[in-house]
Amino acid sequence: MSGVVSGAVSAPLLSVEGVAVELPTPRGRLRAVDKVDLALAPGRTLGIVGESGCGKTMLSRAILQLLPKRARLEGRVMFGGRDLATLDPESLRRLRGPELAVVFQDPMTSLNPVLTIGTQIIETLQAHLGMDATTAFKRGTELLAAVGIPAPGQRMRQYPHQLSGGMRQRVAIAIALSCEPKLLVADEPTTALDVTVQAQILDLLAREQQRRHMAMILITHDLGVVAGRTDEVAVMYAGRIVERAPTPALFARMRMPYTEALLAAIPKLDSAPHTALPAIPGRPPDPTRPLPGCSFAPRCRYADELCGRAKPALEDPDDAGAPYACWHPISGARTSWSASSP
Amino acid sequence: MAVLEIEGDTALVSPVRKRHRLGGLFLAAVAWIVLIGLAAILAGVLPIQSPTDLDMLARREPPSAAHWLGTDQLGRDMLSRLIYGARISLTVGLLAPVIGVSIGACLGMLAGYFRGRLEAFIVGGVDVLLAFPPLVFALAVTAYLGQTVLNITLVIGILGIPAFTRVARAVTLSLSQREFVVAARALGATDSRILVRELLPNVALPLVAFFLLGVAVTIVVEGALSFLGLGVPPPAPSWGSMIGEGRESLDIAPWLAFLPALFMFLSVLSFNIVGDTLRALTDPRPGAL
Amino acid sequence: MAKFVGQRLAYLLPVLLAVSLLTFLIASLLPGDLAYTILGDQATPEKLAALRAQMGLDLPIWQRYGLWLWDVLHGDLGRSFRTGETVVNAVLDRLPVSLELMVLAELIGLAIGIPLAILCAVKSGSATDRFLTGLAFGNLSLPSFLVAILLIFLFAVQLNWLPATGWVPFGEDPLVNLRSFVLPALTLAFAEWPALMRVLRSDMIATLQEDYIAMARAKGLRPARILLVHALKPSSLTLVTVTGINIGRLIGGAVIVESIFALPGIGRLLVGAIQARDFIILQGVVLFVATGFVLVNFIVDMLYAVLDPRIRHGRA
Ligand SMILES: Nc1ncnc2c1ncn2[C@@H]1O[C@H](COP(=O)(O)OP(=O)(O)OP(=O)(O)O)[C@@H](O)[C@H]1O
Ligand code: SF4
Ligand SMILES: [Mg+2]
Repeated sequence: MSGVVSGAVSAPLLSVEGVAVELPTPRGRLRAVDKVDLALAPGRTLGIVGESGCGKTMLSRAILQLLPKRARLEGRVMFGGRDLATLDPESLRRLRGPELAVVFQDPMTSLNPVLTIGTQIIETLQAHLGMDATTAFKRGTELLAAVGIPAPGQRMRQYPHQLSGGMRQRVAIAIALSCEPKLLVADEPTTALDVTVQAQILDLLAREQQRRHMAMILITHDLGVVAGRTDEVAVMYAGRIVERAPTPALFARMRMPYTEALLAAIPKLDSAPHTALPAIPGRPPDPTRPLPGCSFAPRCRYADELCGRAKPALEDPDDAGAPYACWHPISGARTSWSASSP
Repeated sequence: MAVLEIEGDTALVSPVRKRHRLGGLFLAAVAWIVLIGLAAILAGVLPIQSPTDLDMLARREPPSAAHWLGTDQLGRDMLSRLIYGARISLTVGLLAPVIGVSIGACLGMLAGYFRGRLEAFIVGGVDVLLAFPPLVFALAVTAYLGQTVLNITLVIGILGIPAFTRVARAVTLSLSQREFVVAARALGATDSRILVRELLPNVALPLVAFFLLGVAVTIVVEGALSFLGLGVPPPAPSWGSMIGEGRESLDIAPWLAFLPALFMFLSVLSFNIVGDTLRALTDPRPGAL
Repeated sequence: MAKFVGQRLAYLLPVLLAVSLLTFLIASLLPGDLAYTILGDQATPEKLAALRAQMGLDLPIWQRYGLWLWDVLHGDLGRSFRTGETVVNAVLDRLPVSLELMVLAELIGLAIGIPLAILCAVKSGSATDRFLTGLAFGNLSLPSFLVAILLIFLFAVQLNWLPATGWVPFGEDPLVNLRSFVLPALTLAFAEWPALMRVLRSDMIATLQEDYIAMARAKGLRPARILLVHALKPSSLTLVTVTGINIGRLIGGAVIVESIFALPGIGRLLVGAIQARDFIILQGVVLFVATGFVLVNFIVDMLYAVLDPRIRHGRA
């Protein structure tokens, strides 16, 4: 295990070690995240990519310590030398905002409907930076302007329902950035938005990330989104990381059949908006009934008897800094999903 | 697909435990209702004394062999009065919601099924009835009509119509879009057939749960009327009037008020427990307790 | 907002009219007629006929309703044929007592119900939550006259701390006045807090699972602010509705409680009118209470709109 750190020079800001999340459900224990290791250096970006339901949100919530009350967390989440999983609530609270921040998937639900935009920005500034109301209001207006919201002074007095989805997500980003965090976790920040504003929001995030030299985890189900915007990509399937590589390396030479399938599923720019995604055939396994072998085996073209029997570990046999979990990795340059035969 | 079928073993780990805990209370509630119900039905043949015989020499006596639960301020046997009181509470308590549920179910199902003007009219009418605080309405109507068991039952029954109408309408509304109703309609079933055969069985269960809650409310309202001396006229014993009379001697013989109070509380609680359990079982939302 | 108010107003008027009609019809349920009741033993055929003609009782019922409504709209609800007091005066005289009672009871109910609901929601599923929810459920099965008896027995008879009766006007001696309200208000509050708690608890539990609460936590806000501002404010919308719906029960409770504790409020007036068979007062009080109840619910609806910015900005 090489424990790849993106931007291997500096010590990691965040390192996730053996993190697993279990949720109790009526159908039994659901292992939403299964032994995940990750590391991220200050100022770098990591993309986490995977289909819906593969555990991306649960992983991000495990990092942020925002898991549902009944969820069980295993492993360590080291952030700035401290394990967040065992940190006392008050210290954790002080980290949130100035160190750790998040942008959620759905801006329709992540802003409080009965509080003004202004209140929701100002309270963060006051909680951590000890600003008085006037200064905080001024700073809040500046923040809104910085994320590209027109007439910010007026917006401060409005309620979330008076703003469009894209505007709300900009507000959420302004709130997340308000205390200059060292790490921003963006969980599918554009999935709930109109196609036309998706790129704007992603560019905004990338711009602010660079400007503030902030580390960022960008979660998405779309490999196309991480392509130009991240330093490293981790591909997730059924709760596990199945391939991880520096972004250019991944797109130059992906090893995992699942990654390949994901790539084939990227919506083309010229496809009409709101057409169904060309999904990967088949469905992910039932997370309450783990398979003995590779979780992708039932859907994989290359699967054989070994794949159904034993689970491949996440390993990096060529020491290329790009570990993958597959018995029969794809060799050579990018192969087309449809052209390959079992 | 096979994965989805084997569910029995691990399914519903925590809810099962919850149901067991509820079970004991539920059974106790049913047991009390049965006990009090039997006593009320058999009051005539039980070896108890007359509930109205006065014994001015044995007033406010503590329990004894002759009077198991003592006597009241006029020397009447408490046990016997409590049992005959159960008769009134249960008669009114059961009959009034019958009125409410029959009329309410019809109105609610018609409103929910046919929609349109009929629905607006029914909902409006129900709203007018809801504009009267229930106890005030009951007091006023019985004051004009005369205070008899029948009148009290009728009034409380009418007061219950809005609640039942709302439940029946809500359930019908949500059901009439479902496949089995749509299918029946597509197959040419008449409206009355759909209402009776397809919808009624589904509306019935939530209504039964509400019926039991209605019994609890009715016992309270009847008790309140009698407590104020504006319900069932004396000398017929009613828990409410016994509590009202016992209140005068709280300082010297508190049990005269507390015994009927206890009976009433246990009965109301029991009907609430049974009704609420049924309601939770028929409520599709998880954890709606 | 204007549209919302308009809609509600358009609904309010027909309901009020129907309420007046129903009140009038209830009064006509009286077997025999009012003239007979008023004259009682002194009724002779001539006197009856004269009184009927004077009161318009010999007119057709719809005409009588029209005349009565006309008077009502001009603030004339008639006068007691026993004391000669006008209904309006009688009601206005007693109104402050009932209002004081209900406001105190509601405040106590909220003061108990809100903190307990928050506690239960935060610790939902815990032993504390199960105990309090069970207690609330049991409490809902305890009619107010039973609570009254228990409180009188405990605090007036056994401990002798508080008076069971002995009301004096607030202006005369505020302290004695408030003391005389403690037990009645507590009695009513006993029925209020469980209902408030149950609704707010289930609402808070739902709210606490919202994304915006996770967001508030992710912002590093203090737990108190998350609970009291981010969770309680959106949850309190339903609380307001429940408070409105509960007012009907509160009024019913007030009738009983005023009778038990000898408070000279509207409830006492109503019960007294029934006992004295003073049907004019009775009719007036019923109309007044029902109208007041409808209006309060209307105001609660408006309050709901004020609290919820989504409705306030006309997306209802
Ligand atoms: N509160 C919860 N309780 C129980 N199971 C949950 C809960 N939230 C999510 N899950 C389950 O956990 C698994 C992982 O879900 P998660 O939300 O992390 O997926 P995701 O990758 O973020 O998907 P999406 O792209 O749809 O957001 C899924 O199987 C999901 O059904
Ligand atoms: S291990 Fe086998 S089943 Fe799994 S991805 Fe590789 S080839 Fe496919
Ligand atoms: Mg997600």
